[in-house]
Amino acid sequence: MTLAPTRQTETSPSSFEKEEKKSGWTDSFFHVLVGGSALVVLLVLGGLVLLMGYGGREAFHIFGLNFAFHNVWNPVTNEYGAWAPLFGTIISTLIGVMIAIPLAFGTAFWLTAIASPRVSSVIGMAVQLLAAVPSIIFGMWGFFTIVPFVARHIQPFLTHHFRHTPILAPLIHGAPFGTGLLTAGLVLAVMIAPFMTAVMRDVFSAVPPMLRESAYGLGATRWDVMRKIVVPWSRSGMIGAAVLGMGRALGETMAVTFVIGNVTDVGWSVFAPRSTVASLIALQFPESPAGSVRLSSLLALGFILMLLSFVSLALARTLRGDTK
Amino acid sequence: MSDITSKIDGWAPNPRAARRRRCDMLATLFGMAAAGILVLVLASILWTLLFNGLAGLSVAALIKPMGAPGSGGGLANAIIGSLIQTSIGLLIATPLGLGCGIYLAEYGSKLNRFASCVRFISDVLMSVPSILVGLFVYQVLVAPFGHFSGLAGSVALAILAVPIIVRTTEDMLRLVPVAMREAGAALGAPRWRVTVFLCLRAAKAGVTTGILLALARVSGETAPLLFTSLGNQNWSLSLNKPMASLPVTIYQYAGASYDDWVQLAWAGALLVTLGVLAINIAVRISARRG
Repeated sequence: MTLAPTRQTETSPSSFEKEEKKSGWTDSFFHVLVGGSALVVLLVLGGLVLLMGYGGREAFHIFGLNFAFHNVWNPVTNEYGAWAPLFGTIISTLIGVMIAIPLAFGTAFWLTAIASPRVSSVIGMAVQLLAAVPSIIFGMWGFFTIVPFVARHIQPFLTHHFRHTPILAPLIHGAPFGTGLLTAGLVLAVMIAPFMTAVMRDVFSAVPPMLRESAYGLGATRWDVMRKIVVPWSRSGMIGAAVLGMGRALGETMAVTFVIGNVTDVGWSVFAPRSTVASLIALQFPESPAGSVRLSSLLALGFILMLLSFVSLALARTLRGDTK
Repeated sequence: MSDITSKIDGWAPNPRAARRRRCDMLATLFGMAAAGILVLVLASILWTLLFNGLAGLSVAALIKPMGAPGSGGGLANAIIGSLIQTSIGLLIATPLGLGCGIYLAEYGSKLNRFASCVRFISDVLMSVPSILVGLFVYQVLVAPFGHFSGLAGSVALAILAVPIIVRTTEDMLRLVPVAMREAGAALGAPRWRVTVFLCLRAAKAGVTTGILLALARVSGETAPLLFTSLGNQNWSLSLNKPMASLPVTIYQYAGASYDDWVQLAWAGALLVTLGVLAINIAVRISARRG
């Protein structure tokens, strides 16, 4: 395509047409190429969603819709119900989110309104980096640090002081293994808090400076500005961050498997070993022979987990109010 | 009148202002406490990791393959396995993700039903629990062939990486000004040339960032590898056989009750974390420069 000085202008119409035709061919080839890769992506990822339901059809067929609310997971009698792992997933996620939200909110408040810009940028960067640490690291840390701590300090302390308190007693009942819902919740909180903090910090910094400054000019304190200006302005973003964090906690496998104790049971105590959908899949899948009811039940569990994560994503979308 | 002036008199002690100031102080304390706790906890994680990881890290750990407890094994085959699986995964995911991202950005207008569908499902898959990807690949690539394989692990990692690459590629291509496309078209360049040599080149930095972030995300993943490449105690470079990988080795070794295995698990955890953090830091530095 060099611009030869005289010849170029005199190109005959036929060769121009040929060029046109050639570029038309390569263009449609390119279109097909990228469209084809889009199709492959759609097929693979769509297949993932469908196959999960398909693999679990046997379990749904045998146990019916009751599968989700049946509290039995017994490989010996070949009876399976998803209630225990579902319960574990939901409670540990709730505990994790309830701890992580104040932590993330407070840290983001500190980073955007209190800390000096330099400190804020360093800590903010560190928090963002830590959001990228693989989850198995959090699991290992929880296993070697939090589990002994809970077993030796938190649970004995609580048991000693609140053994006879009416409502608390059943919540803290149990042998001090250190593993259980609370430990899993703590580890999940530590895992999702950096992510939530990073998002909330971005959301808070996106508030127009003029709004903040006007409020400060009227004599508002930092907390007034936070509560009356920043939070209303960025409410949807904050909720989105919380729900996205929740979505991560719901499907987390490695961090939870280390610390939850892996007992398929339901009960009030937050110190008793439980299991979650993801941890149950990770642990029992290798032992399940192909074609067994157990395997099918695990796949059905996977399907339910996918529904849960899908609902949380949809929730984050609607609450954040974007339609992209 | 006098009543009001006494209320807004700045010099007199004002109970409401005092209350506001107290609230502010409490909130400030709360913010500092939250930040302090978070930073301390995260520092504790890094400290535990460095302390235990450095203790377990040695030349032997890096060059010897895994072995029975007490036999002085290392992590070499797991490291190699991780490198192989991640790079093959990325090799599969990059062209696919790029192609799909290009399609969505250049041909996928709001009216294109197919493109909206692809975009939607790719976004859903970005936040899907990674263990489900492992289950899927098990059903497609492991169960029919009757054995676990390194290739299946790579494919699982690729499936996790694709949505990230698609999203960043599309976003970055959309940032390229329309004027640039028009200029290319005005010079008589066919559309694919405009896309590949103008738009993609202009968006190169962002697209590379996306690929690197996908790499960072994928290289620490354990759950999708559990049922696909399974892990392997022996040297094996065959993609058709079970293949070791660092995260799965960490998972197996950390729960074991042998001290040398636990130490190796820490060393592996340190390696993985350092790798992931290094990629992230590189991305950030290059983003700041670019």
